[in-house]
Amino acid sequence: MSGTWETVIGLETHAQLQTASKIFSGAATAFGASPNTQASVVDLALPGSLPVLNAGAVECAIRLGLALGSKIAPRSIFARKNYFYPDLPKGYQISQYEIPVVQGGTLRFLVTPRDGEPYLKTVKLTRAHLEEDAGKSLHEDYQGMSGIDLNRAGTPLLEIVSEPEMRSSAEAVAYARALHTLVVWLGICDGNMQEGSFRCDANVSVRPAGATEFGTRVEIKNLNSFRFLQQAIEHEVRRQIELIEDGGRVVQETRLYDPDRDQTRSMRSKEDAADYRYFPDPDLLPLMIAPEQIERVRKELPELPDAMRERLVRDFGLSAHDAAVLTATRAMAQYFERLATSVVDKKAAANWIMGEVSAALNADSIEIEACPVPASELGVLITRVADGTINGKTAKEIFAALWKREATSVDALIDARGLRQISDAGAIEKVVDEVLAANPNAVAEFRSGKEKAFQSLVGQCMKATKGKANPQQVNEILRRKLTS
Amino acid sequence: MTAPQQPKTAGAGSGAGRDELSHATAAELGALLDRKQVSSVELARHFLDRMERHKDLNAFLDVRPEVTLAQARAADERRARGESGGLLGVPIAHKDVFVTRDWSTTASSRILKGYMSPFDATVVEELGRAGMVCLGKLNCDEFAMGSSNENSAYGNVLNPWDKQAVPGGSSGGSAAAVAARIAPMATATDTGGSIREPGAFSGIMGTKPTYGRPSRWGMIAFASSLDTAGLLTLSAQDCALGFNAMLAFDPKDSTSVDRPREDFTRALDIDCKGLRIGVPSEFFGSGLEPEVEACVRAALREYEAMGAKLVDVSLPNAALGIPVYYVVASAEASSNLSRYDGVRYGFRAEHYEDLLDMMRKSRSQGFGQEVKRRILIGTYVLSHGYYDAYFLQASRVRRVIADEFQRAFQQCDVIAGPVTTGVAFGFGEKTSDPVAMYLADLYTVPSSLAGIPATSIPCGFGRAGRPVGLHLMANHFDEARMLGVAHRFQQATDWHKRVPAGY
Repeated sequence: MSGTWETVIGLETHAQLQTASKIFSGAATAFGASPNTQASVVDLALPGSLPVLNAGAVECAIRLGLALGSKIAPRSIFARKNYFYPDLPKGYQISQYEIPVVQGGTLRFLVTPRDGEPYLKTVKLTRAHLEEDAGKSLHEDYQGMSGIDLNRAGTPLLEIVSEPEMRSSAEAVAYARALHTLVVWLGICDGNMQEGSFRCDANVSVRPAGATEFGTRVEIKNLNSFRFLQQAIEHEVRRQIELIEDGGRVVQETRLYDPDRDQTRSMRSKEDAADYRYFPDPDLLPLMIAPEQIERVRKELPELPDAMRERLVRDFGLSAHDAAVLTATRAMAQYFERLATSVVDKKAAANWIMGEVSAALNADSIEIEACPVPASELGVLITRVADGTINGKTAKEIFAALWKREATSVDALIDARGLRQISDAGAIEKVVDEVLAANPNAVAEFRSGKEKAFQSLVGQCMKATKGKANPQQVNEILRRKLTS
Repeated sequence: MTAPQQPKTAGAGSGAGRDELSHATAAELGALLDRKQVSSVELARHFLDRMERHKDLNAFLDVRPEVTLAQARAADERRARGESGGLLGVPIAHKDVFVTRDWSTTASSRILKGYMSPFDATVVEELGRAGMVCLGKLNCDEFAMGSSNENSAYGNVLNPWDKQAVPGGSSGGSAAAVAARIAPMATATDTGGSIREPGAFSGIMGTKPTYGRPSRWGMIAFASSLDTAGLLTLSAQDCALGFNAMLAFDPKDSTSVDRPREDFTRALDIDCKGLRIGVPSEFFGSGLEPEVEACVRAALREYEAMGAKLVDVSLPNAALGIPVYYVVASAEASSNLSRYDGVRYGFRAEHYEDLLDMMRKSRSQGFGQEVKRRILIGTYVLSHGYYDAYFLQASRVRRVIADEFQRAFQQCDVIAGPVTTGVAFGFGEKTSDPVAMYLADLYTVPSSLAGIPATSIPCGFGRAGRPVGLHLMANHFDEARMLGVAHRFQQATDWHKRVPAGY
């Protein structure tokens, strides 16, 4: 990529809110139900039906706004966005336009570029507003007809809009991940990207490095994975730079990303963009939020990922990267917190979660919420390594046994299987003497300068003790005897 | 004091041999039921028979006698179990913009031909809970857009006073049915005058309460910020009884006002002594027919005779009501009517190319001319680049008009004036000139924009012996007093008791 261009990215993210019922009707919001079984007379836009705002959706918006340090508007307005589409039952979408419920705010997150050091970045939010989702048109399954499923119609969404402050695909993805973490952390969105619960539109433009004016932006719609987000932005940036360098001009338009071909294609240009004829919805009163309600929600907020990450670095001496990994989800962070209370060496606790625990979770494709090893027992395991009861290798075996639910107690397992580490110098010395006596060739090789032979002798000692000897002591005693 | 001229064509009340049931008010029918002089089933049969006899008025769109009689039987059973009073067992008919499970609901549009709603409107439900028996669904202007009922996809409604005249609109079927005593009471809706103007044209009482008091749930939307359910009745007392039943907070309507139920009959015996009646000079301008003005002035003198004081008030921007109304109402309508697209219910065009073409053709063929005109106006005033100049400006002027009413109510208790500039006009007289038609709402639109209660009560007869209405307007939530003021007039006069010849 040419070094003389700067990328400018802003993201609009739709987060589906985890309310039991829809934003303006009492119908359920569960995913995957039979078509049109979760559509009430309001969602079907039957004559005479009227919307009533779901207070739960408002709570979600307040939670997010407080977490982002935004202003919660004391009075915001629902507007109608008018356009015709078969899966938009009313012929308009109820959204917020001029006065959104969440205004301003910032999101701070760690960016880890492929080449270069991780750094913290703060991006300003423009707004977040409440709106309803449309239904789905199914064109493929019907010969010469279209199916309309209105189960999704009226599902509550928060559209979260950032300022155009990201300068690379890595920053955009890091922003999206941090926002994803936050909405799941707050319990307002399930974060399921396959089901469309969290999806991004990216506004992408390029400009000569050092320029102060923005270039013409292109909006890429409906990116429902972090990988697609990254690929789509990188592709679009290349396309725009090539276009300009070939003497062309970027046209303001909406494009769709095709992950199969790794390219974007034009959906509609600004010229034929619809006139949505926004106006305040006369069926809904202005949304009024009292300061007392905001304060109540503020008191119920959990510690936020950014604050927790800082605390882990400050109080536990973890690296920024480790702290970011451990706060990737609230469940992960809670697991770590439980573990850290019972373990002196916090770094060891972090390493266990990022190492053995994560690997096992990945292997079994489960989330940390379903981890079969309780944090308390993992704490015992780490403590037994620290106090020399067992060595690291044995610890991994015990962890595997706990994972497979062969045992529930670390200490009981150590006793039952006789896994206690041999740290008695006399006993180890005896084993070393026997190994030296049985392996004269290896001894000779070592003495002739082959360091590799030393490792083989250590292995023999460990084997002779069934892996229970304290490896450090074996090393020391063996070296002393060979060099004396 | 000079009484207005007796009309030559109108009958002078119920004469001997006239059917007592037909000319009774709802309250009187309730009393007959209480005294067991008639059963609800007998009443229902009686009005269904009259409906059949006066079919030429074209007031009804859907009638299902078996459902009506079943409701009447249920009301009789409630009385047999000891319930009594009020409107239990008294018939009513509903304007076809209130959705009903048991009758089709079309809003007089082709696009909803045969549509059956899976639920009842709250207003229908509340009146049903009070025991009122539904006679069927009433013709109106398509989607309540019109002032003459000439915009119905199902034909004109005739004015029982003069079949050459329109009954008014949009609630023309409601007005004609009550005026012809086919129904003792009818629901209606008022967006810019659609209850009061047909009330005036048809010589009966038409009342809209404060916006937000009746639930809009189940009322097919025309202009959501203005649409107000109300009643066409034979008396202020009937209206008060009807309001007692139908005006209640409804959590299903976000604009419904959360207030306890009221007894709207409580001020019927109000003393007019010292009552301050505001008379806005703007309502007596050059366009007003002299006969109408004469009737209204006579009615005001009647109040003075009762001890009321006339106070000059001013609503300087009331005349802007018409342009403001046609911007705001059309804008909301253009959006409210987007749901009629042929996708889920209602009319769908037979031949089309693709999805969008299906929607386009269904709407083109399903909507009538006036509805399309208003959708176009509404779409225009909301369009990018025009929004501020039209919709936003209209919304501001609407507030100015509402404020002027508040200032006026500091000087008076109710405001009075004419309902319309003239009496009912003839069929086709104004259909070629939409602006002339829109001006029929000149005096009714300002109070709609302000959301205040208003009523039209019969006060005489004008040109060609056609009825004239007196307009009374009160401040928000002051319905009870307004109805009391109307009731006093009806105690002192008998205009509301006049029955068109042949009915």
